[in-house]
Amino acid sequence: MLENAWIIPLIPAASFFLILFFGKRLPRKGSEIGIAAVAIAFVLALVVNVQWFQRVDDAEHGAHATETHDEGGADEHGLGVAGLADGEQAAALPSTDQLAAAAPAPAAEDEGHSAFEVEPVHRSWTWWSSGGTEFTAGMLLDGPGVLMLFVVTLISLLVHVYSTDYVHGDRRYTHYFAFLSLFTASMLGFVISESTLQMLTMWELVGLCSFALIGHWWEEKPNSDAALKAFLTNRVGDMGLIIGVIILFFAADQSFDILTINQMAIGGDIDHLLLLVASCSLLAAVMSKSGQFILHTWLPDAMAGPTPVSALIHAATMVVAGIFMIGRLYGVFFQGLSIGTSNVNLLAVIGGVTVVGGAGLAFVQTDIKKVLAYSTVSQLGYMAMALGVGAWTAAFFHLFTHAMFKAGLFLGSGSVAHSVHSFDMVKDMGGMRRFMPKTYATFLICTGALIGIFPLAGFWSKDEILAGASQLGGDGGYKAFLVVGIIGAFMTAAYMTRCIYLTFFGEPRGAAADPHHPPHESGPRILVPLYILAGLAVVTGFTNLPNTGVLEFVPDSLALRFEHFYEPKGSYFPSVLETFHHPTFSIGIALVSTLIGLLGIGLAYAWYWKGLGPQGITQRSRLAKAGHTLLVEKYYFDHLYTNIIAGGVKGPIARAANWTNQHVIDAVVNLAGRATVGVGRWVYDRIDQGVIDKVVLGSGAAAEGSGQGLRQIQTGRVQQYAALLFIGAAVLAAVFIIVI
Amino acid sequence: MDDLLLNQFLLLGAVLFCIGVYGVIARKNTVLVLMSIELILNSVNINLIAFGAMWGDIAASVFALFVIAVAAAEVGVGLAIVLLIYRNRRTVDLDDLAQLRG
Repeated sequence: MLENAWIIPLIPAASFFLILFFGKRLPRKGSEIGIAAVAIAFVLALVVNVQWFQRVDDAEHGAHATETHDEGGADEHGLGVAGLADGEQAAALPSTDQLAAAAPAPAAEDEGHSAFEVEPVHRSWTWWSSGGTEFTAGMLLDGPGVLMLFVVTLISLLVHVYSTDYVHGDRRYTHYFAFLSLFTASMLGFVISESTLQMLTMWELVGLCSFALIGHWWEEKPNSDAALKAFLTNRVGDMGLIIGVIILFFAADQSFDILTINQMAIGGDIDHLLLLVASCSLLAAVMSKSGQFILHTWLPDAMAGPTPVSALIHAATMVVAGIFMIGRLYGVFFQGLSIGTSNVNLLAVIGGVTVVGGAGLAFVQTDIKKVLAYSTVSQLGYMAMALGVGAWTAAFFHLFTHAMFKAGLFLGSGSVAHSVHSFDMVKDMGGMRRFMPKTYATFLICTGALIGIFPLAGFWSKDEILAGASQLGGDGGYKAFLVVGIIGAFMTAAYMTRCIYLTFFGEPRGAAADPHHPPHESGPRILVPLYILAGLAVVTGFTNLPNTGVLEFVPDSLALRFEHFYEPKGSYFPSVLETFHHPTFSIGIALVSTLIGLLGIGLAYAWYWKGLGPQGITQRSRLAKAGHTLLVEKYYFDHLYTNIIAGGVKGPIARAANWTNQHVIDAVVNLAGRATVGVGRWVYDRIDQGVIDKVVLGSGAAAEGSGQGLRQIQTGRVQQYAALLFIGAAVLAAVFIIVI
Repeated sequence: MDDLLLNQFLLLGAVLFCIGVYGVIARKNTVLVLMSIELILNSVNINLIAFGAMWGDIAASVFALFVIAVAAAEVGVGLAIVLLIYRNRRTVDLDDLAQLRG
């Protein structure tokens, strides 16, 4: 299956076409095809994961087997005996092997060098070739790819099931499922891309699906505006992606191959400046797709789409495409931005700004989905920051756990909104925990995971990022980003507590207080995905348990499994470099971040539940009011884009276009018109009237004249005819006689 | 047959032909015109037989026989037409029969 994992994206792709063509005629309007396809893809992805684990373990055992064999067999020199001994060793000593393997592994990894290599599964087919360059598409399957296959198919499957209830009876139900399938297919195709070109194609497909699904209810203007905004903002970043891909193509001796590019970048075969420029171009793409400042503005607006779509696309999978792309081309970024040796770099700065900026905006939102959207922006900032400080595994670990609890939060908010038919926390919610205890419980667990409460998933992943920020990098490390991360953790705790208070506590307001339609708990198709995601939000954190420091008691066979299986091991990943390190668990940071999180919860609790603190300060203090307005206006980014940039560019362009229209295009059109009229006149006068009509009339007149002439001899007198006959015969005879 | 005798036959034929042509062009009575046509045909027959005798060729006599047969048929049809014209119009004067004037 590992060799044939490329069929996983093809299953939902086929489902897309089947739903489009036959969906409307099926009893469940095509949703059954989508669910079946994604379920099959999910099962296959599980199989792929298991086989990948075996491959990693085999590679590890193989590495240690050759090591021990080299030590013991060096003296023997007997070929046949050596081969036999090798086989015996492999068969008889698996347990000691494991012990031997486990002991040196952490030590070796601390040095930043993997003790063994795992060959990625690489298959490629020539897509087309031009001028000797072959453009390939295919499959590159290694740790992150396998991980994403699992995450995407899992979340997609849950969202599919959830959607059958949530968008039940929608006017474009079939269309909705078709695009869910296409989205799943393109995202799966993206994560197994083997060439940057394939990556680019799938990236665009993902963007297209995002556009279609955000604008699912396009009859309302704000929704189609949001879809357009998402699409156009992504276009800006896509330019960066295209430029980056082209630079890398030429830098890596005309190759789109991801492995080659990474190997050359790590091996130092590409000029550092080129790598820097390529990384910065690619960063633009990451900023747009993964909602990083300053191109994050589309993501909150994208909440115009149906909630399951928000969960699938704008929280769990699509927006991590940018993060995944960095992780995929990490050799380029690691070398280009000097991640291993510097204290600050562009990627980390963007991530850091996004962490705090996104979290700040989440405070003033009244729409529950927008709180979660800005939370997503902030969490994506964490991932970008982790990659920026060199903590690759921490970033992907956070991506993995975040996918679970953020999807759970989004689906939970959808469950609430489904019940009160509104997303407005301030107007239409409050006290929902009494009406929807099950949704409340799952929401609470996922919130805990997001805030990073021990021992939920977010605690482990966020802590690894913070540890990375404090331990990695050159002289002094990325300490500034440790501070940023802790501030972010505080803000996350506070705004999520506010969100929970407004939604689930206090007195019911608006639609939630409607006595005729009291809110009710959602059905099983909504609740079961919530249970699953809440469960995963609890357990996924344990997939990368550290076993150093106070956690030394964790057995080696359980520790750092995520890193063990999913971090690429080979010459195409920067772990072969001296400057690449893994952070180790630090109880101090863990305690501080947890306390800060609890402080955030406590402050928000005091503010909202107890009414403590300077309430109403935004009305009294000018400074606080200005800050509040700044947040409400989203740092004026939308004003900047629509009014200043778009507005500033729009006027001159419009005037220039108008001038061109009036003076150039219209002149050409007028000239052409006049010329045509002149030519037409001339043709009419000279050719039509002068030649053609003359010919026609002349032939008519000639026919008439000759007819008139000839009718003179048609007298009707037989004898005249006879006379003419004889005269003719006589003339002919005379001619004959004279001539002959 | 010597040339002198041939000349006389040819002269006879020519005279008959000219009489026939005169009759066709000048006479007003349709029956007479038909008769004149017979004269023309027979002048041709005389020429045919005369040349046939000169060359000793039997084919000329065969042609003449065909002409006689065709002439008989023609005059039969012609007289029938004349008869019908007379029944309809009470005249056989060719000058009155100019309905085909263009």
